[in-house]
Amino acid sequence: MKVLIIGSGPILIGQAAEFDYAGTQACRALREEGIETVLVNSNPATIMTDPGVADTTYIEPLTVEVIERIIHAERPDGLLATLGGQTGLNLAVALAEAGVLERNGVRILGTPLAAIRQAEDREAFKQLLLDIGEPVPHSVTALSVDDALAFAADNGYPLVVRPAYTLGGTGGGFAASEAELRERVARGIAASPIGQVLVERSLLGWKELEYEVMRDAADTCITVCNMENIDPMGVHTGDSIVVAPSQTLTDKEYQVLRSSALRIIRALRIEGGCNVQFAVDPDRAPSSDPEATMPYYVIEVNPRVSRSSALASKVTGYPIARVAAKIAIGKKLHEIPNAVTKRTTAAFEPALDYVVVKIPRWPFDKFPGADRSLGTQMKATGEVMAIDRTFEGALLKAMRSLEIKGQGLLWEHSGWLDVNDPAEFLARVVAGPATDDRLWRLLAALRRGVPIAHLHAATGVDAWFLRKMAGIVRFAEDELQGRTPTPALLRRAKRMGYSDVDIATLIGILPADVRRLRAQWGIRPVYKMVDTCAAEFEAVTPYFYSTYEQENEALPLPGPKALILGSGPIRIGQGIEFDCCCVQGSEALRARGVAPIMVNSNPETVSTDFDASARLYFDPLDEESIAAIAANEATEESTAAIGANDAGQEPLPIPVLVQFGGQTALNLADRIDAIGGRIAGTSADAIGLAEDRRRFHEFADSLGIPQPPGGTAESLDEAAAIADAVGYPVLVRPSYVLGGRGMEIAYGRDDLERYFHHALDAGTGRVLVDKYLRGREVEIDAVSDGTDTLIAGIMEHIERAGVHSGDSYAVYPAQSLLPAEREEIVALTRRIAEALPVKGLLNVQFIIDDERVWVLEVNPRASRTVPFLTKVTGVPLADLAVAISLGRSLASEGYARDDGLWPATPDLVALKAPVFSMAKLLDVDTYLGPEMKSTGEVMGIDRTFAPALWKSLLASSLAPAPSGSVIVTVADKDKPEAVPIIEGFHWLGYELVATAGTATLVRSLGLPVTEVSKIGEGDGTILSVIRSGRCAAVVNTPTHGRTVDRDGFLIRRAAVEARVPCLTSLDTAVAVVTGLRASSSSYAVAPLTEYRLPSVVAAE
Amino acid sequence: MHLYAPKMYSYAPMSRAGVLALEDGSTWWGEGFGDATNAAGEVVFNTSMTGYQEISSDASYNGQMVVLTYPLIGNYGTFERAAESRRPWVEALVVREIETTCREGTIDLDVYLRGHGVPGLAGIDTRALVRRLRSAGTLRGALVQVPSDLALDQDVARRAVETARTTPALATRPLVVEASGVEREVGQGPKVALLDTGVKENQVRCLVQRGATVRVFPATASAGDVLSWSPDGVVLTNGPGDPAATPDVATNVRLLLEAALERGTADPLPILGICLGHQLLARAIGATTSRLRFGHHGGNHPVQDTRTGHVAITSQNHEFQVDEETLDPRSGFIVSSRNLNDRSVEGLAHRILPIRTYQYHPEGAPGPRDNEPVFTAFMDDVRDAVARR
Ligand SMILES: Nc1ncnc2c1ncn2[C@@H]1O[C@H](COP(=O)(O)OP(=O)(O)O)[C@@H](O)[C@H]1O
Ligand SMILES: Nc1ncnc2c1ncn2[C@@H]1O[C@H](COP(=O)(O)OP(=O)(O)O)[C@@H](O)[C@H]1O
Ligand SMILES: [Mg+2]
Ligand SMILES: [Mg+2]
Repeated sequence: MKVLIIGSGPILIGQAAEFDYAGTQACRALREEGIETVLVNSNPATIMTDPGVADTTYIEPLTVEVIERIIHAERPDGLLATLGGQTGLNLAVALAEAGVLERNGVRILGTPLAAIRQAEDREAFKQLLLDIGEPVPHSVTALSVDDALAFAADNGYPLVVRPAYTLGGTGGGFAASEAELRERVARGIAASPIGQVLVERSLLGWKELEYEVMRDAADTCITVCNMENIDPMGVHTGDSIVVAPSQTLTDKEYQVLRSSALRIIRALRIEGGCNVQFAVDPDRAPSSDPEATMPYYVIEVNPRVSRSSALASKVTGYPIARVAAKIAIGKKLHEIPNAVTKRTTAAFEPALDYVVVKIPRWPFDKFPGADRSLGTQMKATGEVMAIDRTFEGALLKAMRSLEIKGQGLLWEHSGWLDVNDPAEFLARVVAGPATDDRLWRLLAALRRGVPIAHLHAATGVDAWFLRKMAGIVRFAEDELQGRTPTPALLRRAKRMGYSDVDIATLIGILPADVRRLRAQWGIRPVYKMVDTCAAEFEAVTPYFYSTYEQENEALPLPGPKALILGSGPIRIGQGIEFDCCCVQGSEALRARGVAPIMVNSNPETVSTDFDASARLYFDPLDEESIAAIAANEATEESTAAIGANDAGQEPLPIPVLVQFGGQTALNLADRIDAIGGRIAGTSADAIGLAEDRRRFHEFADSLGIPQPPGGTAESLDEAAAIADAVGYPVLVRPSYVLGGRGMEIAYGRDDLERYFHHALDAGTGRVLVDKYLRGREVEIDAVSDGTDTLIAGIMEHIERAGVHSGDSYAVYPAQSLLPAEREEIVALTRRIAEALPVKGLLNVQFIIDDERVWVLEVNPRASRTVPFLTKVTGVPLADLAVAISLGRSLASEGYARDDGLWPATPDLVALKAPVFSMAKLLDVDTYLGPEMKSTGEVMGIDRTFAPALWKSLLASSLAPAPSGSVIVTVADKDKPEAVPIIEGFHWLGYELVATAGTATLVRSLGLPVTEVSKIGEGDGTILSVIRSGRCAAVVNTPTHGRTVDRDGFLIRRAAVEARVPCLTSLDTAVAVVTGLRASSSSYAVAPLTEYRLPSVVAAE
Repeated sequence: MHLYAPKMYSYAPMSRAGVLALEDGSTWWGEGFGDATNAAGEVVFNTSMTGYQEISSDASYNGQMVVLTYPLIGNYGTFERAAESRRPWVEALVVREIETTCREGTIDLDVYLRGHGVPGLAGIDTRALVRRLRSAGTLRGALVQVPSDLALDQDVARRAVETARTTPALATRPLVVEASGVEREVGQGPKVALLDTGVKENQVRCLVQRGATVRVFPATASAGDVLSWSPDGVVLTNGPGDPAATPDVATNVRLLLEAALERGTADPLPILGICLGHQLLARAIGATTSRLRFGHHGGNHPVQDTRTGHVAITSQNHEFQVDEETLDPRSGFIVSSRNLNDRSVEGLAHRILPIRTYQYHPEGAPGPRDNEPVFTAFMDDVRDAVARR
């Protein structure tokens, strides 16, 4: 039997790493059963697309045409559609509708298509619920604004608009008035692939709950887990703080909802897993009437593996995706062994003896100006989870795991500090729509003595959670603030979940003192197992969490071992790529006889799957927790091996690998080093040298490595002086951030002034000013042992420097490098690697400007492009980095080369393309700049550049429709460069539409053009063209700097919402024209391995 | 800055210390709650994540101290509807953390237990304790409470271990008779006689909901008493302790069974046995019962019907099991369901007659409601029997 599995494609808000986790589990589960698996996914930064996971792997765009070609080539018997998120599900429906499945005799495995339709189609689902007597809120299924208005006329406001078949609530929202309803419904219909929305009674403030249930073909049904949203209805579950299991439901209530969920999964005849969401009356009383029914409504069902099911798997240790895959091929729940206990089967319901808290991670630190309110449309990019034996412990650990700089438990917004009156605080800070920082608002309100009842009334958060938060706050005030630490006090503070840092701040000592006192008094965490059964059965799972209790279940692993630090929650700039590297690192360690020990706090990922490593510590990635884990793993031999230690410090002899987990892990290097930990690979000092832009500048100068000229300024005058010296434009950024945050291009002193004003507002004193070089940007990933260095490949960006490398289309191999440039890149990389020195991975970004190669940045760690390059070149970068960290050399691994550069495979071109989630972030400007905005990536691979480019455009949803109009409206500075683009679109048969200035340009080229007025200049405006459904693309470049480009903003937003590709960089636009030209000729569809075999290609 | 209502959240240092001592010599110090008394009994654990009140008030726990594996207990308070009998029966409740409720119209678990003279112990590493019980099997234990300045006192601990070791075995107490309630009659419809060996109220509710008149007979009632009421069906219910240690009840069960067998298919007398009722009926047909290592206590046990293959998730609470190999094939009974975790007997059914027993709790409370059809099937049998007459 052969099964085709569809992955979920790029990471988007609402569809993240959880589907790599699900897909990887599914592939493994099927292969175990002797089934041949064929996988297709467009996302190269996934473990599921790694060699050895599926039998055959395609990294190709997820379109009906591509899948049909794969089906022709592979002839699978079945299709597994419920593991690839909404993307996979919608694609399966499209394939079925196009008749592809039937024509080729491919069966849908597991949950039947009819069930998928019935659950996803809001109208059909409502009908099903009514048929089986389940309560649904009063609603109408609307296909037009008029349908919705008629419903509103009878039922009044507020109402909720929920589009069908969308992801993460895209296009939905609340409407409190007719105007809002019109707008929401129009938007929702546009967002829904079937143009359908549900308009329903608002249940704002009701308690929101989720049940993860499973069913097999023999009709055995189980509940894996239930979860309670702390943020009530109105905040998308993906944006809610969630606790598992439910805390405030009585057994009766729990069972009412459980029974309802099982009735629904039976009625839908789902074979696999599904997620049922409920709303429960927050003011229900536990009745003494035996017949009393609890007021609840069914909100939604996801007939597939979902974000929630990944969370539930990590919450319970029950591998939902794995079991769902086995059910899909006909296994019964009781025939599937429980991988955790080995003795029992999958037919049971996990029992938890701990509490789990999940907190979402939002991208607002990237988009400070964005609307931070939370609603029915998800905005979070990732999430963290923490496990403890108390709610307080889990909550506080989850907060630690968020890694929002400076935003710990005690953080308060500067604007709240002078609001001390409880009533005023409630009205000004707490009331109103939920925001990402609501947890901190609640804590601040409790500090000010706002009564719990008032907070409950204002937010709908259950009083039980508020009381727990009040307990946390009061403990700080009554017990910690300004007290002298005693063993009893410290023990209680740790049991409550307080971090060393917070204890230190409150008591008024240093975190290191707290750590020393704890070591002295023997107050250290123990580790307990997540075993699915609350210790009822012996379990073999290596999945642990820290807590302050009596018995430690995680005795040190015997033999050689190493810690891998994960990358924490997924956020813009630090995505699934790093998790992929961590898992590859773990596999490499294992293959080399060293037990990998993973530390991570992200429940969505493969790295936190219990069999991804020899042992998993599900704990925050911070100094305190790593130190405790390293100490827990210390054995007598390993301690003896590293010799004596400083007094008062616990021995930390376990090697720690920090190069895979992105900036999160890397940033911990110097602190782990400082407390006596062992950093394996590139030393903490070398890391510091590369990371600290000032130190690196000096270092680079001393080596004669050219860097864009610039300097550090403390005042506007200093900055202006530097800018004058190097010449405008300049790139400015606050010196404290490492990522491209707060980065802008200043074209003149005006821009600088405004920027300084801004930067100083944000509390930064120092600003880095660099000459802005608008050259070609090139990037490499290499691995070095300090003597030899191997560059796996050179990637060239389509967009010139100034667009963040993470947001650029990158081509491998570089297409337009001169031999001298290539040699210079290799030479510079080698020089840097040897001088730092690097022992492991290295990513270097270059700008080639004026025939000179400048070094932009050096990252002594795995980069975003490592999984991509590993896949296209076959160089096992993570594996080599592990080998070197363990003391081996490139030469001994057979990867040392005289020329330092891995040769590119002939007849292979691959592009890495960025994917954005802008539809979810309503007021974020989409133009490309030095700050990264994309959330995910896809790959286009082929034998030549043009088809590879076209596929990358297809896969990243930037491919324009084959006909229609193209709107061009570019800034004056860009007009000369826009000419070939305009001509290109014209000759491809598109109708040109332009605003006045650009239209003049088009006419001057002798081409026809429809001139449209700008925003607010009456009818027939540019926005109406964008929304007309005939618009194939928009080319819009922002005017210089950040001058209020309101019109441009509206144009770009309108394009995003109408799902029209919007090109804000002319380089991308040129590529799109090139891609379109290639689109008529055919592109290849082949397994990844085939592209890497030049002989086969040549023979074809 | 103290603007909270007083006692909004108690993280206050211990007011009363307590120690749970086990017969294996281990001692577990924590904080006392509930009633300030001492307690002794067998120590068992329950893995349900909700339903602490139902568990506490389940008379099957008479004579036992219960460790709850879920760490936060008391979150939603206690209320009348969740009481499975007239009082909490556990000898003591042992938890990781005792919570106060935020639900209106409920009473704190602490207050509820105190009101009935039941002590509790909080703040201990219940997972470590459960791991010990899992490997050692059910152990006897003693809970001793002392003023907090005596916390961790060696002498107190030693004496508590002594008490644990000298605690009489379950069999020496008339647990069933203690647990049994007064005679009463509820509902409307065909007559169902229920022999109350410690019934959980939800069984009565499930029967009444399905249209039965339920006459609850005390455990001391004789088979003659029951039969003279001329019931249309009989329910043998759950209860505490060793099924081998209640000879009087066992005799009555045997007599009831004999009556049903004698009446045969012509004038059937349906019998439903639950938990202890199941074990007593098995003994009445000559099978033996034995102790499980640490019992089945929780709401997540998979049970498979041996005839249909159907798997159900069940609520369980028992220390003893029916020994399958001692079941006489000539008795007319077959094993109708088995536990998928350890293959133990979960149900018996007569080949011909409407006599069925279940080791698990079809009434849930706490636990899944998936098995309520057991009551529906029983009431169908009862109506069928009435119709035949
Ligand atoms: N009737 C309603 N009243 C208030 N909030 C609602 C209502 N229906 C849905 N929501 C909120 O909107 C969120 C998203 O809706 P849902 O249909 O679950 O979208 P998605 O398909 O993206 O999960 C829910 O998690 C819930 O908080
Ligand atoms: N001096 C410069 N001239 C032109 N572009 C630059 C310059 N410095 C940075 N950039 C652009 O900004 C992007 C982000 O800068 P970088 O230093 O790589 O920050 P990050 O740490 O976020 O990767 C780069 O990818 C490049 O496109
Ligand atoms: Mg939802
Ligand atoms: Mg960069």
